[in-house]
Amino acid sequence: MSGVPVGWYIALSAALFTTGLVGVLIRRSIVVMFMCIELMLNAVNLALITFSRVHGNHDGQVLSFFVIVVAAAEVTIGLALIVNLFRLLGSTDADDPDRLRA
Amino acid sequence: MTSVLAQAAPTEVVGSTAEFYVFVVAAVIALASGVSVIVLRHPVHAALLLVINFFAIAVLYAALEAQFLAAVQIVVYAGAIMVLFLFVLMLLGISSETRFSERVRGQRTAAVLLGLALLVVLVGAGAGPYLGPDAVCPAAGETGNLCAGLETANNNGNVAGVGRLLFTTYMWPFEATSALLVIAAMGAMVLGKRHRSDDVTDRPAVLDDEPDDDIAVGDEVRGELVGADRQETE
Repeated sequence: MSGVPVGWYIALSAALFTTGLVGVLIRRSIVVMFMCIELMLNAVNLALITFSRVHGNHDGQVLSFFVIVVAAAEVTIGLALIVNLFRLLGSTDADDPDRLRA
Repeated sequence: MTSVLAQAAPTEVVGSTAEFYVFVVAAVIALASGVSVIVLRHPVHAALLLVINFFAIAVLYAALEAQFLAAVQIVVYAGAIMVLFLFVLMLLGISSETRFSERVRGQRTAAVLLGLALLVVLVGAGAGPYLGPDAVCPAAGETGNLCAGLETANNNGNVAGVGRLLFTTYMWPFEATSALLVIAAMGAMVLGKRHRSDDVTDRPAVLDDEPDDDIAVGDEVRGELVGADRQETE
């Protein structure tokens, strides 16, 4: 046994992505759904970095870096929206905001 | 910084038995914590397990010779983003969910089955060709078709390599992200701002001109409201 076939990293990435996707589908809380989105972004980053290693250059790592930056911006805005939604509705259940006007 | 990170993942690890053990341990932790995130009912527990997941993924980054991103992963994700999550969770006092989503009947089962189907497709299409022993990245000094070049690219250090690419080929996207971050910070400020109305109750930033039938949460009443909400959901 020496080393790890790169497919295992891709398989792990796929498993983590699927976990996040199932989480978004079965959870009710908006915050937990948001965390599952982060899980999916991380899975994609893992795949990108694996490809970067396979191809022997840094392009995948740079793209992954951009994904992390965009995720940081996205979390800032998303959590601000969630806080506003909680002030408006008093809950973070994804089923509660079902009207366009309060 | 660079030398410390390089020592954390020496190049001998790559393609060796050590990489195998590192991968197995980190992968098990990542998968277990990832599943726990979607299974545990309390959002704070889910957030804490997500931190563990991020750390495990950072270990995998280091094993994949991306030391810079391993550090960024810990600083940005496990540090900044998860602190933001926990801050919001504890600020809002969100209690645990009473149940998983079953508004559509059979949604949970369908979600798990479709997820498994997606997993099969992704593993079969993406990982399938690279699962054999010939897809192992060769150890230092050996040659192979895969993974050639990253050793040379990492010669001056991974940070220098990524930085050079970032400030030459990808300079404009990099500049665009700076604008994105400023816009995101300003957007969060605007969204987080509360407009003072005539009385003590604060109104949400949006829907300022609406009649007062929605829930206006002031600092004084929020604890009360959260308590009431918790009783209602439990």
